[in-house]
Amino acid sequence: MGLTPRPEPNVVSYDPKGGEGWVTTRLDFLVNWGRANSLWPMPFGTACCAIEFMATAAAQFDLARFGMERMSFSPRQADVLICAGRVPFKLAPVLRRIWQQMPQPKWAISMGACASTGGMFDNYAVVQGIDTIIPVDVYVPGCPPRPEGLIYGIMMLQEKVKRERAADPSIRHEMEPDPTSQLYIPPSAINELSEPFGNAVHQTRSGL
Amino acid sequence: MSPSSSFAPVIPGSGLPAGSPAATTPKQIPHRGGPVNPTVDALREKFGAAIQRVDVVWGETSVVVERSRVAEIVRWLHDDPGQSYVYLSDVTAVEFRDVEQPLEVVWHLRSLAFRRFIRLKALLPKGTPLEVPSVYPIFKSADWMERECYDMFGVKFVGHPDLRRLLMWEGYKEGFPLRKDFPLRGRFSRAEQLRQALAANPEARYSKEELSIADAFEDLPQDMRARLRSGEKTGE
Repeated sequence: MGLTPRPEPNVVSYDPKGGEGWVTTRLDFLVNWGRANSLWPMPFGTACCAIEFMATAAAQFDLARFGMERMSFSPRQADVLICAGRVPFKLAPVLRRIWQQMPQPKWAISMGACASTGGMFDNYAVVQGIDTIIPVDVYVPGCPPRPEGLIYGIMMLQEKVKRERAADPSIRHEMEPDPTSQLYIPPSAINELSEPFGNAVHQTRSGL
Repeated sequence: MSPSSSFAPVIPGSGLPAGSPAATTPKQIPHRGGPVNPTVDALREKFGAAIQRVDVVWGETSVVVERSRVAEIVRWLHDDPGQSYVYLSDVTAVEFRDVEQPLEVVWHLRSLAFRRFIRLKALLPKGTPLEVPSVYPIFKSADWMERECYDMFGVKFVGHPDLRRLLMWEGYKEGFPLRKDFPLRGRFSRAEQLRQALAANPEARYSKEELSIADAFEDLPQDMRARLRSGEKTGE
């Protein structure tokens, strides 16, 4: 056969005249660089924030610049859940199920005042912040946030992804809800987050 | 009229005598008083003491009727060729802040042929069971409206075939949210509300079999059944 023999796999040859390029890097850096720039979003749009999300994804603001051009409407092929809009209690098990169906590694963005805190809907029907249902990485404030706001949140998430280390197992802990109550944080914490203005003062800044 | 009979369009104003003036947008309507819907006289003649009070507010006629005879009255309004109220646009309820005042159940009926609107009200005094007859056998559109009214106010529509909650999930234990004694944030703590919401399994209730239209085949109109029989795709 006229093919060149395959190189010996365990021997690294260096041939500057061959013109092959070389880069040395940390594996963490390479993996995180790849992940941060190909976050496939799972849009969970329930209200007007979803309209603003669509505007962000459309040509004017162009989420494809951040490697997010593929909206993944199947949670099993998604990396980042973007919850845009208020979540009523009736939708809480649905959101929880979608989050559990997403494979690791996965992140969540809570877009807008209602998803983050319940917003002005401090009533009997609306969940006071989706972080009582699923763990959230980035909160985007606004009612609704402008596309620039959402893009800033996405860039914060990219910064967070780029700082992850494969050696740290805690970042990939799957949420394990209490089997009887299905809550993943203590009830007292949920009550504290859900009191008026609770989530606005208690939530932690993520990423930067 | 059975659901499988052929579709007969209703022409607005077709019941009015020939040469009637064309419909115009009314102007300068008084808050109280003004012309009463002529249906009221026919109702008084037919049902007598069951018609308790008549108000004309902003040009619309509200009739307070006896709660036990609502279905009978709506049936007559729908079937009588001189009335033909064929469109039920709303079923809802009103509760007032004054605890003495009875809860009102409201039906909005429209007669397309005669261009008339009538609002029926039934008073449900506090302390009595909140029950009124269902108009589902007359108007299929009453199905979800009565379910919503039951969900929000706890009014029981006697005769409704499937009276369960519509907006809140099944097994919602906190009561009826639009009642005046219901606190805005609900009765339970947020953690308890979330626990109960997450315990609901949405997939347990709605199966693929339940969402299939196979069972409803006999209820479809004749032409649609013929099209399905000939193998026409339903757009899935």
